[in-house]
Amino acid sequence: MAENKSLAKEFSKGLIKENPVLRLVLGTCPTLAVSVSVTNSIGMGIAATLVLVCSNVVISLLRKVIPSKIRIPAYIVVIASFVTIVQMLVKAFVPALNDALGVYLPLIVVNCIILGRAEAFAGKNSVPASFLDGLGMGIGFTFALIVMATIREILGAGTFLDSIDSLTKLFGVTSFTGFTLLKQPIAMLTMAPGGFLVFGLVMAAANRIAEHQGKPKAELSGCAACPMAASCALVKKDEKCETAPAKENEKEESAV
Amino acid sequence: MVNGKNLYVSASPHARSRKTTRSIMLDVIIALIPALIASGVLFGLRALVVTAVSVVSCVVFEWAFRKFIVKRSNTIGDLSAVITGILLAFNLPSGIPYWMVILGDLFAIVVVKQLFGGIGQNFVNPAIGGRIFMLLSFSSKMSEWTAPRAGFMNLGGVDALSGATPLVSDDLPKLMDMFMGVRGGCLGETCILALILGGLYLLINKVISPAIPVSFIGTVAVISAIAMLVKHEGAEYIAYQLMSGGLFLGAIFMATDYTTSPISTKGKIIFGIGCGLITCLIRLFGSLPEGVSYSIIIMNILTPLIERVTTPKPFGTPKKEKAEKKEAQA
Repeated sequence: MAENKSLAKEFSKGLIKENPVLRLVLGTCPTLAVSVSVTNSIGMGIAATLVLVCSNVVISLLRKVIPSKIRIPAYIVVIASFVTIVQMLVKAFVPALNDALGVYLPLIVVNCIILGRAEAFAGKNSVPASFLDGLGMGIGFTFALIVMATIREILGAGTFLDSIDSLTKLFGVTSFTGFTLLKQPIAMLTMAPGGFLVFGLVMAAANRIAEHQGKPKAELSGCAACPMAASCALVKKDEKCETAPAKENEKEESAV
Repeated sequence: MVNGKNLYVSASPHARSRKTTRSIMLDVIIALIPALIASGVLFGLRALVVTAVSVVSCVVFEWAFRKFIVKRSNTIGDLSAVITGILLAFNLPSGIPYWMVILGDLFAIVVVKQLFGGIGQNFVNPAIGGRIFMLLSFSSKMSEWTAPRAGFMNLGGVDALSGATPLVSDDLPKLMDMFMGVRGGCLGETCILALILGGLYLLINKVISPAIPVSFIGTVAVISAIAMLVKHEGAEYIAYQLMSGGLFLGAIFMATDYTTSPISTKGKIIFGIGCGLITCLIRLFGSLPEGVSYSIIIMNILTPLIERVTTPKPFGTPKKEKAEKKEAQA
């Protein structure tokens, strides 16, 4: 029973508590680029989840075989194989999605959620736990993408589920091609600054929810992480600034 | 910031000043009144209504955000939100729909100003932030200029009256018309005379220093003169470059915002030259007709770096280069 409970926890933590995008702040590049349309987000989320689950399982299986010194290249090879498979599938069955996602589909190879879960979880845990971790994280990623894309698409482009038929065509549904809601949308939200704006607001909302559940906020490690720290009047010259670089070094060492 | 925990008070005597945030903001509002009157004369009642809508919504957003969301002391009494409202309205064409004005105010006050901590903490000028938000979002409505003097009571649609701004039009108005503001453009930017009057008021009351406006406008003049020689234009080319777009409005009222411009005079001059350079680069080589707002926002973001290299040395401390040379010799 206890094991089942912990397995369920591995799955559910990725949804909100350790949501990769909103709480761990990983994979922001594809998030900002793809969350312009809900259709693209669903496609990207499914593709990334597939790769994440498969690579987590394989890396977990190989975790005792891979020497720790070359584990990162080994992980990349595993991840890249699955990304290639997924990309071939997308090209074959949903070519419109392949065009819409462009370079971000092959870039799943270097998506830090996937590498991060391989490094932080699958390389150390059993196969079932890694499977559920990958599934939970993938769904959490998809969920964050869809939340952001809903806001950005409705307010920024005035549509909802635009060209969804490129996905539903797989199930034989082609009649529904999305709603048109606004005549004069706020175009900035579909651009890069709007992406950052919505990202920040959704992250603030996720922090608020986590706070209500009594969990710690996802915060930057003090002012030391800010590039303006040296010239900023708000930074007190105390131990924070001295310890922060040391922490970074530790992280680098553990990552290399 | 106000609670004084980090504020070290030296021994007396202390120089006292009667200036408060509120009195400075009031001075800026007074300085903006000539341009407001000019916008009413030129673009009719709708210009005044747009300004009023903008001011009211800025104040309401500031009050509501601090009251209900961050639950901190209210800052609408310092009148800074009023100025943001007026300046944002001055950067809009008079035919702009009211709901767009309100959205721009929401962005300026909540996103640019309050999310970063309120007055004194905003990372760029809120009015310019709001303008660029609207420019990116509603670009077609933001460049539909109303022809001036179309009738004072004209509150309705203005599509039939729209004309191009002199920066993109071949059909140039007379120089005197440019100076008095009889041309298409944003509400507050066209009447150069009113803007200069307001600027002089601010200079006489020592609300702003001349460093930023002079270096900003001067840089644009110098680069326009070079461009005039290259393009074989007449001398009036410089005058048109200076008086079109929002150069005077930006240089006098928006680039001089205390929070987002450098403190030292040297820093201010660097800031002004940078603004002028970027403005001219955008005007002459960019795909946009006007670059004043982008130039100010870029220099706003660079301000902390300018401050870092222009920090004045306290009297009596050795100069860095000399100390380094001595070390090298030793």
